[in-house]
Amino acid sequence: MIPSAGLSLEQAPPFSVPLRFFLTAPWFLVLAALLMLWQGPGIFASRWLPATLALTHLLTLGFMAQVMLGALMQMLPVVVGVVVPRPRLIAALIHILLTLGTLALALAFLASSPFGFQIAFGLLGVAFGVALLAIHVALWRAPVANGTVIAMRWALLALLVTVSLGLLLAGFFGWGWRVSVVIATDLHAVWGLIGWVVLLVAGVAYQVVPMFQITPPYPPQFVRGFAALVGGGLALWSVCRVEQWSTAMRVTGTVLAVGLAVFAATTGRLLGQRRRKIGDPTLSYWRVSMASLAVTALLWLSSRLIPTWAQAPQTDLLLGILLIFGFAVAVINGMLCKIVPFLAWFHLQAQLLGRARIPNMKHLLPDAAIRRQGWAYLAAFLLLLAAAVDPAIFTYPAALALGVTGAWLGVNLAGVGQIYHRLLQSLPAEAKSA
Amino acid sequence: MGENVVAIAEFLTAEHRCCDENFAVVEEAAQAGDTARCQREFQQFQAAMEWHFQKEEEELFPTFEQTTGNTMGPTRVMRLEHQQMREALAEMQGALGQGDLDEFLGQSETLLILMQQHNIKEEQILYPMCDRFLASNAAAVIAAMQAVSAHPPA
Repeated sequence: MIPSAGLSLEQAPPFSVPLRFFLTAPWFLVLAALLMLWQGPGIFASRWLPATLALTHLLTLGFMAQVMLGALMQMLPVVVGVVVPRPRLIAALIHILLTLGTLALALAFLASSPFGFQIAFGLLGVAFGVALLAIHVALWRAPVANGTVIAMRWALLALLVTVSLGLLLAGFFGWGWRVSVVIATDLHAVWGLIGWVVLLVAGVAYQVVPMFQITPPYPPQFVRGFAALVGGGLALWSVCRVEQWSTAMRVTGTVLAVGLAVFAATTGRLLGQRRRKIGDPTLSYWRVSMASLAVTALLWLSSRLIPTWAQAPQTDLLLGILLIFGFAVAVINGMLCKIVPFLAWFHLQAQLLGRARIPNMKHLLPDAAIRRQGWAYLAAFLLLLAAAVDPAIFTYPAALALGVTGAWLGVNLAGVGQIYHRLLQSLPAEAKSA
Repeated sequence: MGENVVAIAEFLTAEHRCCDENFAVVEEAAQAGDTARCQREFQQFQAAMEWHFQKEEEELFPTFEQTTGNTMGPTRVMRLEHQQMREALAEMQGALGQGDLDEFLGQSETLLILMQQHNIKEEQILYPMCDRFLASNAAAVIAAMQAVSAHPPA
């Protein structure tokens, strides 16, 4: 048996496949900022308010899921050696449905509209259905099950749980399905943020941190154990949550929190041992991201010891901001600033073949532009944390900073896309068809 | 069939790490604005990369292709990517020749990604496959690769 016959270490899918996701995502940060400006400080009163839930989903679906699904379509051939079938069609379908579904869901929350939830249910259900199917098929066909593949399989399983629970909740709001809303929402949030997001980032980090920062590899015992620990821990925690076993919940929660802290600390230690000595904006994003993850774990652990913290609505809001905007958005923002100029260069090189001079990555997206947008990101992150504690003072500054960093990222990335298209159009027609 | 043989993977992965270290030194010299040191280190780096490519292209890939009967699959893409990296290295050499360290650093950023996504494919997929299919032959393949003497690219 020669399985290599069916394996192609094919080059990347067409640029349009990931790019459409990457160019859309930043504008959802701007939408989130506009929603904050419109709603004002009240949006930080509790995580359960409709406007707060709309805000959360603009960030998680509009920004995070958008980039993650686009990046997976790009990455799977490289990391796993399997191509997602019919990439253009599937990418277009997922992209349109996810974008419209996110908008529909945010509007449904804001208008408390059952019909809106029904629309969102349909759009997002199909978008994630197609995405999960396409990516699952690729991942289970993977010829080699390395640490990244294993973490990604767990992550996809967690995404499946997250999406199922999300659809169930949409069914509750849309058609009045009988669902224990509080429990289902807790499970939905935890499987989404800890299961899907943390495991996906970990799977990517195993490859990306050692390779691009030139560090030692992650300890193999850690890589072997982490995904199973998080996946298994989440399953146990869920059972305890449903059965309301509070002591067991506390124990499994503690194991999970310690696991996340160990991942953050391990990554931080590797970054400290990097052989690459020159400054690099993505390095700062990795550091912010891992620090946020560690603080999330510490805040959760200490809130279990201090009952007044555990009951304060600010604690949940802070945990959400740390995980969503600190941990996930940081690492995604950093990645976008590398992957978009690289892919533009890569596809230009393949298509121009020496017929025109190709600008290097730093000409496509200068370091200075990345750094300045990064400062805006950092300001937005700190102001959001402050707004969770003192909404009256910090909500509007936080919203402004969020809008600035989102629009800036959008403009930076769109600029790369523009140079790409201009260069391709400058080619004579016969060269293009060659 | 030895599932756990990692001889070829280990040998070639070590070469990747060695090239990574060289790369970091080159980049650091460029960042420091030390053109002379950068030139010296770059020459070494480029030679190490070329030698590694030759070991794979002249020994490993042909053996893999003969054993699996597959010349259009993974090895074809790997050869293509070697060519891309050779071109990127040539661009860097050109920039360095003109003393344009900014351009050099822009090109090196591109090379790093090109190099690492290639490494991921080889280390995660191709090398483990080589160890599986060439298991009985691994020692001979490694010896043959060690015997390749560095020469200018054809």
